[in-house]
Amino acid sequence: MASAQTYAGAAAVTRSEVEDFLYEEAALLDAWNLDGWLEILSDDARYLVPPNEAPDADPDDTLFIIADDIHRIRSRVKRLKSPDAHAEYPPSRTRRLITNVRILDSSDSHLTATSNFSVHRFRRGGRGGVYVGRYIHRLVRDSGVLKIAERRVILDAEELGALGAVSFIL
Amino acid sequence: MNKQPYIIDNPAENDFRLNRQALVDPDVLTLEKSCIFDTCWVYAGHDSEVTKPGDFVTRTVAGRPVIMARDSNSEMRLFLNTCRHRGAKVCRERSGNTKRFYCFYHGWSYDNDGALAAVPGDDAYPDSFDRSELGLTEAPRFEQYQGFWFACFDPSVPDLETYLAGAKEYIDLVVDQSPSGTMEIITGVQEYDVEANWKLLVENSFDDYHLHSTHSTWLEYMKDAGVNIRVPNGKGLVLPKRGIGRNLGNGHAVIDNLNFRGRPVATWISIYGEDAKPIVESAKAELVERLGEERAERVANTNRNLFVFPNLMINDGSSVTVRTFWPAAADRMEVTAWAVGPVEESPEMRKVRLDAFLTFYGPGGFATPDDVEALMQVQQGIAETVSEVPWSVMTRGIAKEGEQLNSDELHLRTFWRRWNELMTGAENSAQASE
Ligand code: FES
Ligand SMILES: [Fe+2]
Repeated sequence: MASAQTYAGAAAVTRSEVEDFLYEEAALLDAWNLDGWLEILSDDARYLVPPNEAPDADPDDTLFIIADDIHRIRSRVKRLKSPDAHAEYPPSRTRRLITNVRILDSSDSHLTATSNFSVHRFRRGGRGGVYVGRYIHRLVRDSGVLKIAERRVILDAEELGALGAVSFIL
Repeated sequence: MNKQPYIIDNPAENDFRLNRQALVDPDVLTLEKSCIFDTCWVYAGHDSEVTKPGDFVTRTVAGRPVIMARDSNSEMRLFLNTCRHRGAKVCRERSGNTKRFYCFYHGWSYDNDGALAAVPGDDAYPDSFDRSELGLTEAPRFEQYQGFWFACFDPSVPDLETYLAGAKEYIDLVVDQSPSGTMEIITGVQEYDVEANWKLLVENSFDDYHLHSTHSTWLEYMKDAGVNIRVPNGKGLVLPKRGIGRNLGNGHAVIDNLNFRGRPVATWISIYGEDAKPIVESAKAELVERLGEERAERVANTNRNLFVFPNLMINDGSSVTVRTFWPAAADRMEVTAWAVGPVEESPEMRKVRLDAFLTFYGPGGFATPDDVEALMQVQQGIAETVSEVPWSVMTRGIAKEGEQLNSDELHLRTFWRRWNELMTGAENSAQASE
C-alpha cells in the first residue's frame, strides 16, 4: 500500500502509476471481482455512461445509459452477483485493453486521466461484441491511496446498435 | 411457413395458440411489411424534436429513410430521404437546421418544404423536364395527436384520431403531466438491437406476468432501498391486485395498474432520496390544483403500458418512455427509445425523472437488459424447433368473465388478433366474444 507521502504532491503521481491503477481496475472487472472493484471507489463515486449522441452531457438534464451514484453502483454490483441478473448469467467473459493513458490535470487532491479502451465481450450462444471508447477517470487521494471518484465511459459507436446493452460494468 | 394458421383462436373452448412460425419465418416478415407497416399509422416522431423553422431529424419510419422537418413556414413535413434524380439520400445528418437539403451526388438541392430548388446544368434536360413535379416525395399521410406524429403510407386510410381509438385516452393521461399539455423528448436517445422477432417486444413491453421471474433483481433493488414492493393481497393474482389489461380497439391495448413502485409525477418513493420528496409532492399538488383530486390521482398514481399498433409503446411508470422498433430481419429488431417529460418541468424535477428512468428502463437499466435477454432466449429456443414444437400457449385469463388482469394475456391476444386480421384478411369473430 502506498503511503500518504507517495501522493503528497501533484508531481508525485506519474503516468505509469495511473496506468498501473487502470490496469488493476481492468483486471478486477475482467475477473468479475466486483467487491474488490468497489474497494477502489470513493464513498461518493459516480459511474456514468453518457448517451452515444451526447458524450459530454450532464445526467441531470440528459438521459444517460448509466448514471449511478455510489448507492446504485453498490446495488448494481449486488444485482450482477446474482444468478437472477439474467442478462449476465452466466457472466460475460470480458477482456479490456487500455492504452493512450494521459493525465489531463492534477492537483494535491485529485487528478483526471483519460485513456482509450476496447472491451471485448463474449457470451455462450449469445451476443458478444467489442465496446470501443475512452474512459475519463477522476481519481482522488484517500489516505494516500488512489480511489475513483468518477468514471465516465464514453462509447465511440454512433449508437449502441448490435452491442445491445451495457449489462456488465463497462 | 407450415400449413397451419398463424393463430388458433377459440375462446369458447378456452383455446388460444400462436404458431411460432410467425416469429421465425422470413416470408412472414415480407408479408408484414406490406400488410401491416404499409397500411397502418406508424409513429414517426415528436413535435418537440423539430421546434424551429428549418429544424430536421432523419430516421427510419416503416422501413423507409425519412426526414422529419419543420419548413420555413413552420409546417411539419415527412420526406422520403431519396433524391428525385437518381436516388441518393439527400440528408445524412442525424439532426440539424437548414433552409435546403443538398444532394451531393450531382448537386440537386431542395428547399425545406421539399420543392426542387436548383439543378446544375439544367439546360441539358428536355422541355418536358418539370421541376415542380420533382420535389422531395412526402409520406402520403402525416398527422399528429398531442404532439406525437404518425405517418401512413396508405393514402386511403381513416384519419389518425379515428385509428388511435381508445389509445387516445391513455395518451391524454400521459400528457396531463404537463400543465400546458406539452411533452418533449429529452436528449439522450437509446438505439439498440435485439436479436429477436419484433413481435416479442410488443408482447414483452406490456406483459406483467414476467415481472417476478425476470425482474427479481430489480424488485430486490427496490426493496433494499426501502420501497414497499409487497403485492396487494388477493387470491391467485400475480401483480398488483387492481391492474387490468384492456383492448383499446384497432389492435391497441394497455395494461393499466395501480402504482406501487413510485412515479416521478407524482408518487415519491425512498429510492428518489429525501431531497426529491418536496419536488415530487409539489408536482402532485400542481396536478390536484389543475385537474382536481380524482384526475390527479389517476395521472399520478396509476401506471400504464400503452401499445399503439403496430410498433409504438408508451410506458408511463418509473418514468415515461416512448419506444418504437423496426424488424431489420425476422430475428432482429432495431429499437429506438426516448424519455419524455413536460416542457415546463423544473431542472430539479427533470433530474428526478431521469434518475427514476434509469432504475428500470434502458440498455443500462436494472430491468430492460433482462427483458432483452429473455427475448433472445425465446428466439434461440424456437428458431429450429418449430416443427416439433409449433405452438405457444397464450390463454391466461381467457376463461374469466369481465375484467382481465395486467398479468393475464388478453392484451397480447388483442395484438395477435389484429395482426392476424391484417395478415390474412380474415374477419375476427373471437375479438368481440372476449
Ligand atoms: S442522385 Fe441526387 S443529384 Fe443525382
Ligand atoms: Fe420486463
